[in-house]
Amino acid sequence: MKYVNKAVPKVDYKALVTGKAVYTDDLAPADALIVKLVRSPYAHALIKDINTARAEAVPGIECVLTWKDCPNKRFTMAGQTYPEPSPYDRLILDQRVRFVGDAVAIVAGTTKDAVNKALRLIKVKYEVLEPVLDFHKAKDNAILVHPEENWESRCPVGADNKRNLCAHSEEKEGDVDAVLASCDYIIDQTYHTKANQQAMMETFRSFSYLDTYGRLNVVAATQIPFHVRRILSNALDIPKSKVRVIKPRIGGGFGAKQTVITEVYPALVTWKTGKPAKMVYTREESFIASTPRHEMEVHVRLGADKNGIIKGLDVYALSNTGAYGEHGPTTIGLTGHKPIPIYGKAEAFRFVYDVVYTNVMSAGAYRGYGATQGFFAVESAVNELAAKMGMDPAVIREMNIVQEGQVMPAYYGETANSCALDRCVARAKEMIGWDEKYPSRDMGNGKVRGVGMALAMQGSGISNVDTGSVTLKVNDDGFYSLMIGAADMGTGCDTILAQMAAECLDCSMEDIIVHGVDTDVSPYDSGSYASSTTYVTGMAVVKACESLIHKFCSRAAEYMGCTEEDVEFDGKQAVNVKTGESISRAEIGNRVMCNSNEPLSASEAFSSPVSPPPYMAGIAEVEIDKETGQVDLVDYVAVVDCGTVVNPSLARIQTEGGIAQGIGMALYEDIIYDDKGKTFSNSFMQYKIPSRLDVGTIRVDFESSYEPTGPFGAKSVGEIVINTPAPAIASAVYNAVGVNIRELPITAEKVYWGMQEK
Amino acid sequence: MLTIQNYVKAKSLEEAYTLNQARNARIAGGMMWMRLGNARVKTIIDLSDLGLDEIEETDHVFRIGAMCTLRQLELHEGLRDMYGDSIAECVRHIVGVQFRNQATVGGSIYGRYGFSDVLTCFLALDTFVELYNGGTIRLSEFIKRKKDKDILVSIIVRKSKRKLRYESIRRTRTDFPVLACAVVTGLVHGKECWYFSVGARPQKAALLEKEWSITKDCPEEELRKYAREAADSFSYSSNMRGSAEYRRHLAEVLIYRAMRSILAEV
Amino acid sequence: MEIKFVLNGKPTVADVAADTVLLDLLRKLGCYSVKCGCETTNCGLCTVWIDGRSRLSCSVLAAGIEGKEITTLEGLQREAEEFGAFLAAEGAEQCGFCSPGFIMNVLAMFRELENPTVEEIKEYLAGNLCRCTGYMGQLRAIQKYMNRDRKEVQA
Repeated sequence: MKYVNKAVPKVDYKALVTGKAVYTDDLAPADALIVKLVRSPYAHALIKDINTARAEAVPGIECVLTWKDCPNKRFTMAGQTYPEPSPYDRLILDQRVRFVGDAVAIVAGTTKDAVNKALRLIKVKYEVLEPVLDFHKAKDNAILVHPEENWESRCPVGADNKRNLCAHSEEKEGDVDAVLASCDYIIDQTYHTKANQQAMMETFRSFSYLDTYGRLNVVAATQIPFHVRRILSNALDIPKSKVRVIKPRIGGGFGAKQTVITEVYPALVTWKTGKPAKMVYTREESFIASTPRHEMEVHVRLGADKNGIIKGLDVYALSNTGAYGEHGPTTIGLTGHKPIPIYGKAEAFRFVYDVVYTNVMSAGAYRGYGATQGFFAVESAVNELAAKMGMDPAVIREMNIVQEGQVMPAYYGETANSCALDRCVARAKEMIGWDEKYPSRDMGNGKVRGVGMALAMQGSGISNVDTGSVTLKVNDDGFYSLMIGAADMGTGCDTILAQMAAECLDCSMEDIIVHGVDTDVSPYDSGSYASSTTYVTGMAVVKACESLIHKFCSRAAEYMGCTEEDVEFDGKQAVNVKTGESISRAEIGNRVMCNSNEPLSASEAFSSPVSPPPYMAGIAEVEIDKETGQVDLVDYVAVVDCGTVVNPSLARIQTEGGIAQGIGMALYEDIIYDDKGKTFSNSFMQYKIPSRLDVGTIRVDFESSYEPTGPFGAKSVGEIVINTPAPAIASAVYNAVGVNIRELPITAEKVYWGMQEK
Repeated sequence: MLTIQNYVKAKSLEEAYTLNQARNARIAGGMMWMRLGNARVKTIIDLSDLGLDEIEETDHVFRIGAMCTLRQLELHEGLRDMYGDSIAECVRHIVGVQFRNQATVGGSIYGRYGFSDVLTCFLALDTFVELYNGGTIRLSEFIKRKKDKDILVSIIVRKSKRKLRYESIRRTRTDFPVLACAVVTGLVHGKECWYFSVGARPQKAALLEKEWSITKDCPEEELRKYAREAADSFSYSSNMRGSAEYRRHLAEVLIYRAMRSILAEV
Repeated sequence: MEIKFVLNGKPTVADVAADTVLLDLLRKLGCYSVKCGCETTNCGLCTVWIDGRSRLSCSVLAAGIEGKEITTLEGLQREAEEFGAFLAAEGAEQCGFCSPGFIMNVLAMFRELENPTVEEIKEYLAGNLCRCTGYMGQLRAIQKYMNRDRKEVQA
């Protein structure tokens, strides 16, 4: 292949490495009003009165908006396909505030100084209410986070606002209690993962203006342009036809930008004033009022027979969605649906969950999307099983893992048509030197090294839901426009989709220009999330190319006066195989611009009935200071089966980056609240993401299977890569010093006290 | 948020001092921490034209100007020759090179921050602080004083045959310390004296002096007793980076390691 | 107040308030490569050179740069593109938002350190956070870039 499976540099790299003005804030009009928010100092309160008179009198202030200025129609900010599983529980501004940092009033003015001054002059009277801060006590608590009558859940997800329930479900196969009762070994433990910030380098931001036709145009750093259009229409209570959303270059997302965070505020200001407006979140705002990973407590009961065959898995997960329900009902599904199916010999499983409202900042989508929490729990339990049985955790996995061709009952009954998980495990063991290093080595200097393993899978798009569409147009001289609705958020989908198109059309990358995303122009795409773009939109590209080649041949036949069956297109020209006559692509491109009754373009969409999982094995090697408990990550190896690797360098970076985020989650990152519900973790000074000194060495390899339903055999890679570090590192710590850490992050202090208790 | 009405680049220390007597006046250091506070400053006074950005080395002392950056400390060969890598060790974990090119020694010391590595290190070195109005006083005195309107001009470190070790524990490599400690030994009036400074307890660094005569071949158990005694002399409390009990334990471990390393060098 | 300084080799005059920070001034002057990632001096995205040294422009008062030489990535386009090609070959620019500050500090490192070791590189660049790449690809790009220079010298 010419382009697929090649490390092609990103099509936009030159602009990025030379610092060109291509991001949202770089593009905002100089005269855009600056928009900022008054935020609640209380975790739960009712606004009794807001006095905005003095603020409005500040020179330069354009408007001050309060809950009285906002439609009383609830909506969700979650970027999901309609009808969204996330409850409609938000207003742009509400009389009830539900977490420290919740929006109270919107201020817009011509300068930052004026707006800051106005913010200080707004006087709010609150009736302070008792908050629900402990997520264990939220369900059926007398205090309700959403008592309002117009709260609405549009999908059957088991939500009930009168019980603080955002979602609830139970599912099972077989009789798990009976199976567990028959097991020789049982692990029965609870694992606690914390909320984590996606912490992309570009904070949330957007700007808006009215165009020639009086329509609301919004330029936003978002992964979900089409959902933003619907959400803004819902929030402002205006027709969708009045909204246009444009996505420029994005400074990272990781799921954070799968939720609307800022867009509603400048949009409302522009809609009310007619003037351009922009909002750029500070890092502090991004840390106190965003959508971090759902904190979860996951109870696992896992049973195995005397040989180490895992017979049953019983998982109960309690998830904290915070003040609003964005992605609450959907993240939780993955907590069971991804980790359980890996153990292909289980005869029974049960998966029960509750997602609860509390008065902390809303949770949301973060790479891994609930699976990450589930993997920490289930993979840790498997490692504990190995320890209990005195078995090598790699061996126990080799005996139990799902094999290619196997049906996965806990994964919607899908078949593992492409699965190289066994090869991933073997290669990872070889890379780290597992057999020499397992379980631990005393380094003789007060330090001991241990190794630990974990497996993971994810999906590739949401089956029967996610839709990617692509339009390919032929222009003069025969260059192509590849129109996509998928949002490149830095991960390079503009590049890999062009690689696929160039491969299919047998042309060079330079012959293709990629355009994304403008909801007025781009074909519909659900957005860049759920590990969908390569697989879902990629297939749409393949289909569109096939369709276009067909049209090329038919047009060439017309121009050459022959039948379409006689024409072959080789990327550069169409040849009449009977006569040898040919017509170049450039000539066709030019001729369709004169006296033509049909455009030379093709549009295709793709949605998949299945969501083929990528698989992965990760192994961590840690070094622990026996006196302090300090954990140093020395080495991390990972082997991924993402099917055909479309772009090896981009896939490698995705993998290394996801692992580094997983390392942060495992060792450093924690959102800590005080007893009033205010977070301490409000900056990079207090919320520590790993620097390059904190990730050890990360080494990645690929073991590819071939996914028959994917483009060129490809599956996804974006999310799975964050799932293994937490359980692998926890296991490495156990193998080094015999301490099981079941609550993240794994700090030196926890390890130290664990060693003291032994 | 910090707002500033007037900016003045002082032409003399006298001018800076006079301006600084106003209630809403502030001296600018590297602007790393001040910028994060909520203050409405009338006049900010920049000392960068006053030649305070040098490390002067005489026969007896290092005189480190208040506007010297942490990076200058880190790279200074004279300090390295005298006290080994520990001076660099006390600053090299601080955020990054860009930060250390900007944060000043004066700002670090004047702020008397609990997390300060620089304060912890220099406190153990029996450092002096030169104030514009208040004369030259011991750093250990200075840290007990309330912040006033004087100007810190330089810090002065004696040159003497002393050994310094700096140790810290951090949750990430460039984070504030969970605990930091500096240990210095040397002869004072002919007697061997040990100085222990423990910072980020999380309160600001405090100093302990012990006239201990410890031989190179001191058995481990005995040396651990010394370390325990030293660590027990400080108070500790809890915050999001660590509990008081854990910090006390870390202090003992780090002090022990520093002492062991010093004794091994002789 | 009015300040005079040199921006990317050009004498520049600007009118600033006492609390204007250099980051905001530079963006106002069209240097959009300079990004803000944190406001607390932790991320390194706003790295520029003042008199040749890497500094965090988010916490430098613009009023204080009178007479100084300021360099942003706009003033180092050729070098940025040259090193950037190595970064892109690894895919290690990813979202690109931290790339300008990172490249500024990488280029400062090459001027300050001769043949830095891996440990020296990691320590020098520790103040440049990146959330996309996991840092390994950035390191590979730096090493390959350094080796390329060496090959040229040998040839």
